[in-house]
Amino acid sequence: MSSLNKSSFSRVFLSYFPSLMLFFSVFNEFDFNYLRIENFSFNFVYILIFYWTLKKSDYLGYVSIFLAGLINDVVIGMPVGISSLCFLLICLITAYLRNITLSPHFINDWISFLFTILLVNSIQFIILDLILLFEVNYIRYLINTGFTFIFYPVFFLIFNFLNQKNIIQLND
Amino acid sequence: MATGRDDFVIAFRSAFLKKKDKQKFSLLTLIFLSLFTIILGNFDFKVIRIFKSGINEIIYRSTFLISIPENKIKNISIQIREHMELYENYSNNKFELDKYKQKKLSDNFLKIENTKLRNLINENITSEDMLAKVLIDKDSPFLKSIILNKGTRDKVKIGMAVLDGFYFVGKVIEVNYTNSRVLLLSDLNSKIPVLLEPLGIQAVASGTGKNYGKIEYTQKDYKNQVKTKEIIVYTSGLGGLFKPGLPVGKISNANITRIKFFSDFRQLDYVKIVSYKIEGSN
Repeated sequence: MSSLNKSSFSRVFLSYFPSLMLFFSVFNEFDFNYLRIENFSFNFVYILIFYWTLKKSDYLGYVSIFLAGLINDVVIGMPVGISSLCFLLICLITAYLRNITLSPHFINDWISFLFTILLVNSIQFIILDLILLFEVNYIRYLINTGFTFIFYPVFFLIFNFLNQKNIIQLND
Repeated sequence: MATGRDDFVIAFRSAFLKKKDKQKFSLLTLIFLSLFTIILGNFDFKVIRIFKSGINEIIYRSTFLISIPENKIKNISIQIREHMELYENYSNNKFELDKYKQKKLSDNFLKIENTKLRNLINENITSEDMLAKVLIDKDSPFLKSIILNKGTRDKVKIGMAVLDGFYFVGKVIEVNYTNSRVLLLSDLNSKIPVLLEPLGIQAVASGTGKNYGKIEYTQKDYKNQVKTKEIIVYTSGLGGLFKPGLPVGKISNANITRIKFFSDFRQLDYVKIVSYKIEGSN
């Protein structure tokens, strides 16, 4: 009975893990900036949303992604709604990829991820710089995009491990 | 060919409109809602302002609580670095202290002389300041700002100057009931009228998004004059918001367009919010 309860708890925890991580990272801006490495930044939230909406879309609701975007804007100080739009655009692309992909492959996902973050960051840059007249540094966007792309495989392995663990528990 | 296009349209339409069992809204609805929020956020209606302020209050407090573990790690990392550089810092500080002790004597004389001259032209600068704690200090790669624990309740207003000790660090750009946001000098959107001393040249100090600022809109030949001296950058007070003479940073001969700020914006714990009144200046 005890082991059953334990398994049930970890199953519930793993199913809520993406949402918890999403809200934790938007509140906390999980980006290791305190390490003070010059020009180093990456967008963990993009990786999280891309992976989980592509692989297990049931675990990360669109409404929670929308709310996380609003929180992210308030914390960073950007005009409210921009991050929500960007996060939802990632969801849109992953939903499209899910519909057209018959056999998923890591390299395809990785390349699609690069295309996705380039598109989303470009849209964000256009809205901020050309429409809302915010001054933003596009080199920093490029660097951020580059590191986010490089870090994707690392988080892919971690998330895949958690996902597999959850699948095993569901099958038990 | 037509089939391929149809597949694309079907996949795209499905991505936009299809809802899963647990999803309450389609992606299209939420994307429109985001766009509506962006547009609405740009209108300065009272209702929107109050709503935004309420949301900010809740989110800033929550962020402060959630950031506690990360801040602990950050502080440990800073402490370790400071311990490693302890002896070097001690030697530098000792040398600097001797230099400033000597300089202080002549500065005191100048201060008294300045007060006398201001009295002669009936100009009197009064200032009120309040201490504020930095609630959130997120070093975002895109925007450089901090959140303080003082707001309209403490009579904080947009445009007030924020100091770290004597050094100017930024200005208040958003005020809520119990907190406010400060745009740091290092932010790309920050532009402050400054005076380059001892040259007496007016300029604008702009943020770069990094830990230094740059000099803009100034005399073309000022670079030739900088080569021989070290330049201190002060607020000029021309915008009417800040008191003239607040130290911002210095320009060294190595890079004459780069301002090295006096304050380290990544280590702000408590700052002063200051308002100024210049009387009898006409």
